[in-house]
Amino acid sequence: MSTQKPKVLAISSGGGHWIQLLRLKPAFAGCRVTYATVREGYENDFDGAEFALIHDGNRWSKINLLRSAAAVFWLVLRIRPDVVVTTGAAPGYFGCVFGRCFGARVVWIDSIANAEKLSASGLNARPFAHLWLTQWPDLESDSGPRYIGSVI
Amino acid sequence: MIFITVGTDRPFDRLVKVVDNWVQRTARNDVVAQIGRGGWRPQSMRAVEFIEPPEFARYFQQADVVISHAGMGTILSALHHGKPLIVMPKLASLGEHRNEHQTATARKMVAIHGVAVAFNEVDLENQLDRISELEPPRKIGQSASDSLLRGVREFIFH
Repeated sequence: MSTQKPKVLAISSGGGHWIQLLRLKPAFAGCRVTYATVREGYENDFDGAEFALIHDGNRWSKINLLRSAAAVFWLVLRIRPDVVVTTGAAPGYFGCVFGRCFGARVVWIDSIANAEKLSASGLNARPFAHLWLTQWPDLESDSGPRYIGSVI
Repeated sequence: MIFITVGTDRPFDRLVKVVDNWVQRTARNDVVAQIGRGGWRPQSMRAVEFIEPPEFARYFQQADVVISHAGMGTILSALHHGKPLIVMPKLASLGEHRNEHQTATARKMVAIHGVAVAFNEVDLENQLDRISELEPPRKIGQSASDSLLRGVREFIFH
């Protein structure tokens, strides 16, 4: 391990995804963390770490999706993270894609809301994720995601 | 105080209408609802479309019971604050959400003490009539499970 603190980009969309991401905070102790999400006001949820606001997007609005992708692209380009950690959904997927393009190692944690099958963005993120996780033991399989715990 | 929240994404008029009827019938005056942008306006309770996170947290702390969509953000907040919760899943088939994951979440929540699950409007009416019997859930801490934190940390510092 070098003396440099690892740069972590912790990224997700809003609502439950963001609340789940914040529950991972202790895992980032000793890292330089940038938290990125889609809604103003959320920067109040923690202190100290860098915060970036990105454009929201979901699979159902192509324009929003492109704007979200562009925002995440520039964010990754600016930060050049060593590791990307995401709890989904679309912005997290873009974090995986662009993070991987720029040499980051990538963790996808599928939202705990997806209790019976993996999310669409989770399936899409699979080729880009070095660590691909579900939060439900039932969904773990040899050819599928791993289960190592949940945000609860 | 009873706090209603339907999430930041879309309105959830089915839930709001049932609660509004119940509030009218029981003449309660301590119910506040966050109804989502463009949501149906209730007649018998105070309603706002969106609540900023700090204010949201205040309502949550004040609430005796929370009634919400089956969104994990609200569920995690209720468990964290130890608030009794009634959830009803949004349905994609009715245009309330993008897919049916809330029904999957709701099925899992049936097993959690302190969370009452309503799968439809009739269930919700029944749960509301028994609201005084609800018990608070066991509080969860602020962080993910130790094993998940350890796994992510080991990955970062491999």
